Amino acid sequence: MSKSEAASQAILQEQRQIRRERLLANPGLIIGLCGFVVIVLAALIIPALSPVDPNEMTVSLRLKPPSAEHFFGTDEFGRDLFTRVLYGARVSLGVGCSVALFSCVLGTIIGIYASYFKILDHILMRICDGLIAIPGMLLAIALMAALEPGSWNVILALTIVYTPSVARVVRSSALVARGQTYVEAAKVQGASSARILWKLILPSVISPLTVQASFIFAQAIISEASLSFLGAGIPAPAASWGNILQASKQVLAKGPWTMIFPGAAVVLCVLSLNLLGDGLRDYLDPRTGGHK
Amino acid sequence: MLSYLIKRILSLIPVMFVVSVVVFLVVYLIPGGPATALLGLEATQEQIAALNAELGFDRPFLVQYTDWLVKVFHGDWGDSFFLQQSVLEAIRDAFGPTLSLAVLAQIFSLIIAIPLGILAAYKRGTVTDIALVSISLLGIAIPGFLLSMFFMLFFGLYLKWLPVAGYAALSKGLWEHLRYLILPALSLGVVQAAYITRMTRSAVLDVLYQNYIRTARSKGLRERAVVLVYALKNAAPTILTVVGQSFGGLVTGTIVTETLFTIPGLGMLTISAITRRDVFVIQGVVLFVTLVYVLVNLVVDILYGLVDPRIQLGRK
Repeated sequence: MSKSEAASQAILQEQRQIRRERLLANPGLIIGLCGFVVIVLAALIIPALSPVDPNEMTVSLRLKPPSAEHFFGTDEFGRDLFTRVLYGARVSLGVGCSVALFSCVLGTIIGIYASYFKILDHILMRICDGLIAIPGMLLAIALMAALEPGSWNVILALTIVYTPSVARVVRSSALVARGQTYVEAAKVQGASSARILWKLILPSVISPLTVQASFIFAQAIISEASLSFLGAGIPAPAASWGNILQASKQVLAKGPWTMIFPGAAVVLCVLSLNLLGDGLRDYLDPRTGGHK
Repeated sequence: MLSYLIKRILSLIPVMFVVSVVVFLVVYLIPGGPATALLGLEATQEQIAALNAELGFDRPFLVQYTDWLVKVFHGDWGDSFFLQQSVLEAIRDAFGPTLSLAVLAQIFSLIIAIPLGILAAYKRGTVTDIALVSISLLGIAIPGFLLSMFFMLFFGLYLKWLPVAGYAALSKGLWEHLRYLILPALSLGVVQAAYITRMTRSAVLDVLYQNYIRTARSKGLRERAVVLVYALKNAAPTILTVVGQSFGGLVTGTIVTETLFTIPGLGMLTISAITRRDVFVIQGVVLFVTLVYVLVNLVVDILYGLVDPRIQLGRK
């Protein structure tokens, strides 16, 4: 008894060791995670502590280059760009996070049911095919034109855009799980389909879903920025990375810093999330680790 | 091949059906009906109801949808509320500049991506590979319009090499035409190239260690011939598919970039339609671009069949 316990302890320890090694062999995952955490913390903490109002306009401070008082300079209305980029981060991260969350929840429900019921599968997957056939940004633009500008509508539009691809990923992993013997065994034992779907199939879907979520998070940030840049996203004067960049379009020659700092914020954030996604994929699926 | 072709074309029917329903719903589901969007905030309830009735939006859903679909097939895509033009005429006028921009961007992206992707795969694990992969990661993280702004600032405003706004039709001469398009096309092409480089690298890597490559080497063929002819030929179908799929991103990328460089293409048309909430124009553009996108992918699939002889065996 104690011998087998000791043996299983040793196996557990070895597994932990392997996991630790795989994490260390995956610098992208660590860099991405750190970058993302730094951005999130900065967006949450600094605006809460700083007394600067992101929307306060000071005519005498119009388009000042970066300095000790204004790290990122000021925009064409004399607003402090550093504060605006951080407030913008809250909006952009909020939109990205909500879109990733909602589309993953919806996509999982659709994907799992599609994998289990044949007729539903045909209907749901044809709908997904059709939605995927429409280029994503264009669908988002069309939806935003039908709805009114605003952050909740951006979230709604982008969730509609990204849910089908999540459903596809979930469905294909769920189909693999469905063919496994333990699912067959549960079926023979007379387990209800709800139990099979949510207790047995769902866990095997989680890891591809996590990877997908981080990519959608990144994509949603780019899409929100593009929509707001086009004037179809979050309306001014609220700061989001997209409409800070839209405003900088008018003063690009006179104040290039109004583009460079918010632009760098978008790129760093998306890059961190993509590294995180790639890293998670390699970490969760050892077969692709280090190969591609 | 023929049966594959027929199957592939038939599979488009349900897809296009769903697309048509979605595109129709975009206008149908506007809160208060399309007239609310078209007439703006000052309109009274009676005016809105009258216009909704005039446009037929007070009828049952199925009647409206079938009516709309029949009209779309007959080439009546509705009228722009603001442009004194039908939607199809507006799209026809705007398509030329967008097509030029997209084609030029695609050319740039292929010139950049294919050699770099092959190089990265061939030099796998070396500094060159790591540098190329890192750069492409960075490229994927940059939204197209941001790179456009950067190029605009650097090449247009500082170096003053190229114009930063405007457009000249092809009829004004090839160079004049290209001069305006190089900056936007380059920025779109670079973003696109980042993705294609990555995919080319993994497609070439997949074949580089196959037996037939080893055979080719052992026959004494020169290394360059092995990589460029054998490896590239076998990686070509994958690369082709990636190019086809990325075309959708390219077209939507042009929409954002066009507005920055004021090129009078589909993007400018869409943006002016958004600000005026000219919903039928937006509906038309979405339908049109999706059709083009679906057709491009169909052509890619057919080419795939021509490039890859295995497809004749009745691939699903």
